[in-house]
Formats: sequence, C-alpha cells, structure tokens
Amino acid sequence: MISSQHNTSSRARADTILTRVTGSLALMVGVLLGLVLLLLIKESGAVLEDGGWARFFDSDGWYPQSGEYNLLPMLWATLAASLGALLIALPLGVMSAVFSRFYAPAWMVNPLRRIMMLLAGIPSVVYGLWGLTVLVPLLGSWMPPGSSLLSAICILALMILPTVSLTSEAALTAVSPESLHGAAALGLSRKGIVLGVALPEARAGILAGALLATMRALGETMAVLMVAGNVVQTPSSLFDPIRVLTANIALEMPYAIGDHRAALFASGLLLMMIVTLLAWLASRQGRHIHV
Amino acid sequence: MSETRNNLHNTPVSAFDSLAENANASRSSVRFSGDVTLTFLVWVSATLVVGMFLWLLGDLLFHGYSKLSLAFLIEAPHNSGREGGIAPILVSTLLILGVALLATLPLGLGAAVYLSEFSVGKTARLIRMSLNMLAGVPSIVFGLFGNALFCIWLGMGFSIWSGGLTLACMMLPLFISTTEAGLSAVSNEWRQGAAALGLSHAATLWHVLLPAAAPAMTAGLMLSIGRALAETAALIFTSGYVDRMPESLADSGRALSVHIYDMSMNVTGGDETAYGSALVLITMLVLISSVAVSLTNRFLAQRITPL
Repeated sequence: MISSQHNTSSRARADTILTRVTGSLALMVGVLLGLVLLLLIKESGAVLEDGGWARFFDSDGWYPQSGEYNLLPMLWATLAASLGALLIALPLGVMSAVFSRFYAPAWMVNPLRRIMMLLAGIPSVVYGLWGLTVLVPLLGSWMPPGSSLLSAICILALMILPTVSLTSEAALTAVSPESLHGAAALGLSRKGIVLGVALPEARAGILAGALLATMRALGETMAVLMVAGNVVQTPSSLFDPIRVLTANIALEMPYAIGDHRAALFASGLLLMMIVTLLAWLASRQGRHIHV
Repeated sequence: MSETRNNLHNTPVSAFDSLAENANASRSSVRFSGDVTLTFLVWVSATLVVGMFLWLLGDLLFHGYSKLSLAFLIEAPHNSGREGGIAPILVSTLLILGVALLATLPLGLGAAVYLSEFSVGKTARLIRMSLNMLAGVPSIVFGLFGNALFCIWLGMGFSIWSGGLTLACMMLPLFISTTEAGLSAVSNEWRQGAAALGLSHAATLWHVLLPAAAPAMTAGLMLSIGRALAETAALIFTSGYVDRMPESLADSGRALSVHIYDMSMNVTGGDETAYGSALVLITMLVLISSVAVSLTNRFLAQRITPL
C-alpha cells in the first residue's frame, strides 16, 4: 500500500518536472520572437530618436554619408518586384496545380509533385547564380543592361512558383468530392467543373498560398541581390536596375556604422512589419479552409 | 489527419474522373472548344514548369560537372577560390550545421512535446502565434538579429557559434511544427492504453509517444537541415567570409552557400567554382530530402492503427 502510494507521488513528481521543463523550453522559443523585435527596435533606436519614421520617407534620397535615409525608392522596388513575380507565378502555379489534379495522367502526378518540392528546396543563392550567369546575359542581349527589375521579377517568379503550385494543389485536393460528383452528375464538362466548382471552392486556400508566396518574395535577399543591378532608384520601367530593401541590408551591413547601421536595422523592422501583416492576412484566409 | 483526408479524396476523385470522361464523350461541340483551350493552357503551364526545372538543372550539371572531382572536395581553395577545392568550406558548413542542431534539438523537442501534450490555454496560443510569426521573418532580418545579439552583445564576433545559433533560431519554427505534427498524429488510444496500464506521462512519452513519432520527427529534422544548408543571407554577417580551415568554433567560417555567392559576385572567373559548389550543395539537399520522403512513407506504411 505504502509503496504504491510512494510510487504514485513520485510519478506525479516526474510528470510535474516534465511539464515544467518542456513548458519553459517552449516559453524560451516564444521569448525568441520578443527578443528579435526588441533588438531590432533597440538597434534602430539611434535613427528613430532624431527624426522618427518620417526621416525614412521625406529625405532627399539614400545617401548614408550625409545622413539621408530615404527608403521609399527601395520600398517601391521591393513591392514592384514581388507583385510582378506574383503576377507571373500565380496563374502558372494555379494552372499547373489544376493540371496535376484534374488533367494529368496518373503516372505524372507524383513526379510533378517531386519536381515542385525539389524546386522549392533549391537554395536561393543557386537561383541567383543561375540568374546571374544565364538569365541576365539573355535579357541583356535583348535590352541592356540585363540586370533589371524584369530579371528580378523572373527569378522571384521561378522561386515562388512551387509555393503557389503546392498550396493550390492542396486547396484543390480539399474540395469536397460531393461537389465534384454533383457537378459531374449534372453533366458539366471538365472545364465547367474546374472553373465553376473546384476553383471557387479552393479560392481561400489558393489566396492564402499566394500570400505566403508574396511573403517569400518580399523577404528574398540573395537571388534578387545577384540579378537586380542594385542601383537605388524608383523603378520607372521594367528594364531599370533596382535595389530592394533586403539586398540593401546585405550590401551595406558589412561596413555600416552608427546612424547608417541603425537605418539598416530600421529597414529590417519595416520589412518584418510588412511580412507580419501578410502572414496575419494569410492566417485569416487560411482559417476558412483546412490545407 | 491530412492523410485521412487525402485517402478519402483520392478514391472518389478517380471515380469522378471516369464520370467526367463519360460526360466529356457526349458533350456538345461548343463546350468542346472551350475545353480544348483550357486543356491546352493547363498542359502548357505544366510543360513550362517542368521545362524551367530541366533548364535550371541542365545548366547546373553542364557548368558544374567539370569541376566535380575528389580533389575538389578535399583540397583548400587557391587563388581566392578560382582553383583548388572547397574542403575548409565543407568543414565550416558542417560545423555551423552541428552548432545549429545542438541548439535546435533540445529546445525544439521540448517545445513540441509541451505544445502537443501539455499545452492549454493562453500560453500555448501565444507560443504558437509567435512561432508562426517567426516562421515568416525574412532570413536577412535573422541575420541582423544574429549580428546584433550573438556577434556584438554576446561578444562572439564573426564565428561559427554566431552563425550556427542564428541558423538555430531560423530552424526552430519548422522543426517544432513538424515534430508537433508527428506527436499529434500518434493515436489517442495509445495514450489511453498507456494511462490504463498506469504509466506516468513521462514514461508514456519516453516509451510510447516518442518512438511512435520518431520517423515523422526525423523527417521534420531533415527538412530543417535542408532549410539550414540552403541559407545564405543570415550567415553573411554572422559566420562571415573567411575561407581558411576553422581551428575552433570561435573562428569565422564560410558556409557553402556563402561561397557560391562570393564566387559568383565578388570573384571574376569564379563562376565554375560557384557552379561546382552549387552542384555539391544540391546533391546534399537531394539526398537529405530523399531520406525525409522515404522516412515519411515508412512512417505511414508502418502505422499499426490507421490515422
């Protein structure tokens, strides 16, 4: 009797310890986000204190030596490159998802998915290398200098295509078979079923995937850095060389000191806020579906 | 759970395919022309995707193949990397990865166990939310964070420690979510059975849940390693550029991905080396992802209870 009681209490103690240990580990992970935010804010403090956020939007340009830190040209470049990439990758990705869900011969489905997963796993620096040595000369022979908004868009589109395609395929798989059967029983053609039933029902999931892909494009550094030419200017045509926010951080961080360094941290903070906003939108979209 | 859904869906959809086939056979010519357009578009986009993939892979193989040899793997780089091999870079890469795993494994495992087995209420929701947010943080921002925290505040400088710990912060969200999914996929009957046998929570976890979830967890680990090997932006200003053989973890070491970047951007005539290194990196990634896929498949095949 006594031994059994002892046993029970020691068991309970082991459980309490386990809960506490794993709980504190989990808490440490939660604290990590706070730490990231805190450090970004603290490190960008120097610049934010004299001039505040306005300084990043109404200065004459990005001239770190003379204390002018206008982020707008690079912000526009970032947005233009990401949106352009999405405009290419979204139709292509959704179409290829429709292909593997409704049109592909059965033997093609798995290899296609493996290819998509492989493409998704290729490091961004390898995309950049390929862009730099193959895509940029190709575009350059058509419309010099080649390193431009367009090459950034192309590389980013290629990079986010797997994300769009894989999430769209998951969303299409989650369409209820009853709807598909019903539509087929009503005599709808395959096109009618795809456009009228499957895609509308998968809309929320596809949108959530597109938002995730946009996040990836906005946060991408290496590939864009290597192909976009890195001239700080507001892009006025597809063939202008551009510099995006992430590339700016990577390029100037090695030698930045003082206010300049603080301005780079502030641009990191700005980037994180944009991406977090998109993540929040995506999670709101994703709540309606179960990918 | 999601596997259940897939299984439920796969059968009816193939049934739907044959239904649609019958419908297609008897449809009107107007509908037929619209169908042909969509069919054409869909085939074209799929072909385009596969074509791009083959183009990319073909270029990598074509340019990188000439560099690939045993000497490339075991020699030190000469002439800023244009000649010689990548041995010190491979060693640095593995050391950075090792440091990252050393930090990720205990933290991630603990957090995943807590979230899957004990989590209740606000704390867990808060932790989940911050994990989701962390997963979306751009890698360059992790680079800034790692530079400020590890290199400067904690005084580690540009070192393998700083790079590995920064990578660990990036890997954690993915590792935790896959591990948690693996644990949650273990049938509740097993937990109840263990409880009925009088096992403590701790013993259940050790003898039942972790072994049952091990393949899924390993697959998640492989995915995280893949993510870490592919990372460049977070490492440039945490583990640095130095391409000598590292003598300790406090030395700066150049990761393979950083080497590719440096060879192609900063060294004229370094393209061949960049392609060779890229080929090595991709080979490593493909091997790792194959292990992950086969482990996931085995995990699904070996299940005693259906999901």
